[in-house]
Amino acid sequence: MASWPLLSLTTFLPLLGALAIIVLRGRAEDVARNARWIALWTSLIVFALSLALWAGFDPTRADFQFVEKRDWLPDFNITYHMGIDGISLFFVLLSTFLTPICVVASWVAVTQRVKEYMIAFLVLETLMVGMFCALDFVLFYMFFEGVLIPMFLIIGMWGGPRRVYAAFKFFLYTLLGSVLMLLAILAIYFTTGSSDITEALSFNFPPQLQTWLWLAFFASFAVKVPMWPVHTWLPDAHVEAPTAGSVILAGVLLKMGGYGFIRFSLPMFPEASAMFAPFVFTLSVVAIIYTSLVALAQEDMKKLIAYSSVAHMGFVTIGIFTVTPEGLQGAMIQMLSHGVVSAALFLCVGVIYDRLHTRDIGRYGGLADNMPKYAAAFMIFMLASVGLPGTSGFVGEFLSLIGAFQVNSWVAFLATTGIILGAAYMLYLYRRVVFGTITRDDVRAMLDLSPREVLIFAPMIAVVLWMGLYPASFLAPMQPSIANLIERVQVSQRDAAGARLAATVTP
Amino acid sequence: MNSLADFLPAAPEIFLALSALALLVLGAYAGERATMALNGLAVLLLIGAAALVLRPVLAGGGIARQVSYYGLYVTDGLGVFAKLLVLLGAGLSLILAMRYNEREGIGRFEFAVLTLTATSGMLTMIAANDLISLYLGLELQSLSLYVMAAFARDSVRSTEAGLKYFVLGAVASGMLLFGASMVYGFAGTTNFDGLAKLFTDNDSAGIGVIAGIVFISVGLAFKCSAVPFHMWTPDVYEGAPTPVTAFFSVAPKIAALVLFLRVMLDPFGGLFAEWRQIIWAISVASMVLGAVAAINQRNIKRLMAYSSIGHVGYALIGLAAGSAAGVRGILVYLSIYLFMNIGTFAVILCMRRAGKMVEGIEDLAGLSRTHPGLALALGIFMFSMAGIPPLAGFFAKFYIFMAAIDAGLPVLAVIGVLASVVGAFYYLRIVKLMYFDEPKGSFDAPGRELQAVVLLSALVILFFFAWPDPLVNAADAVAAALFAG
Repeated sequence: MASWPLLSLTTFLPLLGALAIIVLRGRAEDVARNARWIALWTSLIVFALSLALWAGFDPTRADFQFVEKRDWLPDFNITYHMGIDGISLFFVLLSTFLTPICVVASWVAVTQRVKEYMIAFLVLETLMVGMFCALDFVLFYMFFEGVLIPMFLIIGMWGGPRRVYAAFKFFLYTLLGSVLMLLAILAIYFTTGSSDITEALSFNFPPQLQTWLWLAFFASFAVKVPMWPVHTWLPDAHVEAPTAGSVILAGVLLKMGGYGFIRFSLPMFPEASAMFAPFVFTLSVVAIIYTSLVALAQEDMKKLIAYSSVAHMGFVTIGIFTVTPEGLQGAMIQMLSHGVVSAALFLCVGVIYDRLHTRDIGRYGGLADNMPKYAAAFMIFMLASVGLPGTSGFVGEFLSLIGAFQVNSWVAFLATTGIILGAAYMLYLYRRVVFGTITRDDVRAMLDLSPREVLIFAPMIAVVLWMGLYPASFLAPMQPSIANLIERVQVSQRDAAGARLAATVTP
Repeated sequence: MNSLADFLPAAPEIFLALSALALLVLGAYAGERATMALNGLAVLLLIGAAALVLRPVLAGGGIARQVSYYGLYVTDGLGVFAKLLVLLGAGLSLILAMRYNEREGIGRFEFAVLTLTATSGMLTMIAANDLISLYLGLELQSLSLYVMAAFARDSVRSTEAGLKYFVLGAVASGMLLFGASMVYGFAGTTNFDGLAKLFTDNDSAGIGVIAGIVFISVGLAFKCSAVPFHMWTPDVYEGAPTPVTAFFSVAPKIAALVLFLRVMLDPFGGLFAEWRQIIWAISVASMVLGAVAAINQRNIKRLMAYSSIGHVGYALIGLAAGSAAGVRGILVYLSIYLFMNIGTFAVILCMRRAGKMVEGIEDLAGLSRTHPGLALALGIFMFSMAGIPPLAGFFAKFYIFMAAIDAGLPVLAVIGVLASVVGAFYYLRIVKLMYFDEPKGSFDAPGRELQAVVLLSALVILFFFAWPDPLVNAADAVAAALFAG
């Protein structure tokens, strides 16, 4: 097993599938059908490979596993360095899990330029997986920003009426954040003498520099997460993106921000993180309460879920910056849970959008009568989003709040109001769409879930319940890495405090 | 200075000059029928010149710095690197020009002759080790380019472009000459090595020399179209025949930038602190103007003009860094820029509808449906110019910003990345037109030679990340050698 470059294989196999689709020739229908099947099989094989990663992963170790290291730019100490630890493992799994679901979800919904669509998703998968595995800053940045290209095309080519505006906003917003990170990466490169992430993780940056670097990284990750007030690209992008685009956007791309905070901001800049933690808490609490209230007022289903994403990610950022085991584990579970649940909610919207071609909540009502299977699936995801015990959402929010309570009970109190508001807007949405009586004929004519759609939702429901009922199988592999991270942060904070004390005493 | 070996260092320039004369005679006798053949021959001659440039490397020896012609002329790694780029740019744009000129009714053999004389001038510029030889090379190049800009002599736009370029270019040359004479007046020598010995630190130069340097910078900034001496660029780019624009946007620009670099670092290297602020300001102004002014352009050639102004701004960051890393960054940037630009212009040359060239960017609408291959290639070039990884344009900017951070110029770097975000907007707009909009009509089938150039450039840009070593290491070695001596 060890001799196989399993990570590279997982990362680059989708490109092979994309290549196979590029060379397809022939009648338009044949090309479209073959493109779908190739994309599906490629993404399924990649998922199987990532399961092999999970199976081969040693949950007792905190360091990076499946490490691959090759020369890339030897004169610059820039290497092709890949590896995963307990934190990145699940993001890789999340990416590979959602991609085949996206392919199946677009099976009939996408009829235009199917070939290009499938290529875009496979390329996107490579970039996502690569980003979570990269252990070299240049490599990481290449994947991180490369994601913009396929996502820009997906929103712009297959999106709704205002797709051009949304695509540009998405691209330029995120680009603006990440170019500042690029400069910070260069500064790190010159400070540590290499672009290797593992070296930077154990390097003690001077406090002054930490502040600047932290801010530069924050600019990039805060836009990705997205945190209030730089979240405004998200509702636009979600509303205009095709269903599968929203799934990837909510499921994986938002997690790049949270992953970045855990992977880089905390261990590399522990003092700056401690200094800015109240700032992050403030923004997160505002995000949770404000965007929940905004979500209550939405008439567009996708927009409502988009705003709920901002609120849910607020719990993540709170959990991360508490730097407690509970908070970090909660943030991780919350991210994974949100990755599956919000993706599923967007798919739920997609299901009825495909039938009626509107996302207007007022146009629906009474779907429980003629779409019972749909109503059941929707209910599970809705309750998971609210955080009902037994679902994944509960574990994430509960753990994050425990973490928050240890650090600052006001933050915990205010964040908890977000849970109540969350229940309010989700139940309100559900009531208006699923309950009530059917008043329109076109709604009455809507068919229940097709077998293909059941096939999409079944694994997602399974994951949501598994994560909610037995979170240990997800928590166990990440615990050593998180413990390691917290120790690293606390030691360097203590050292820095000691150094400051020494500086005041000696003269 | 009387044996044949003494002439060898300038063999490529001499070879090109003689080739140009031979082509002139051949063309005069063979008439217009042979234009295509002569063009092809000119490409071969450029390859021959490249072989001569590479002779010291091919002979097995390294590239040692060698000054010849009584100090007028230098051959070194920087020269070899830049000359190869210029020859490559000239050769590729000549290939782009072949059928275009024929179809537009300007298929005259003088085109190849002028390309060769201009290239010969550029090689001389690159190899200049004296203000006199610098001026000689610069003028040989410029005079040939003025004529090329007006090559479509029956077109009002083209003749206007040529005239504009000539008048403004003459003023810039005058400024440069004036600056050179001031430097000579205060320093007593025009030789780069002599000047370098005089100006070892910032106190060694009086106000007269500084004024001279300012005038020389003005002249050189004009030649590489850096703000605020860029005004000619959009008009000339738009008016000149498209292959000529393609040529303008690469070969002379590379030659001028390398000359800029050599003049600033070699004779005036000791005065770094004096001229650094000039370069800093020019660089910032070029990046910002290139990004902002391009947003409202409707003509793709004008858009490329502003884009090239912006790119010069980025390249100049490397000069403002004034370090080996900066020179390396510039060389990598110019190499990648060459392929992005030639590729883009090859696509622009494919924009031909019912036998007529179109130049509006709106004409690109829906290209992904009518010509998916071309659209993909142009998309790659646009994302690359915007600096999005994993495309080559990202690495070009990466090495430049690396030099800036290393040299302690974080403000310049921040302005640079912010300008690149603004600039990304108009590159994305082209992608949007090609991919998001409905087609308005198809283009004529592009010629083989255009397809080949597009394919070559796209492959280079797309796969640069996989094998960056050769280029980066060569640039690194060249830059290190420049600072060692």
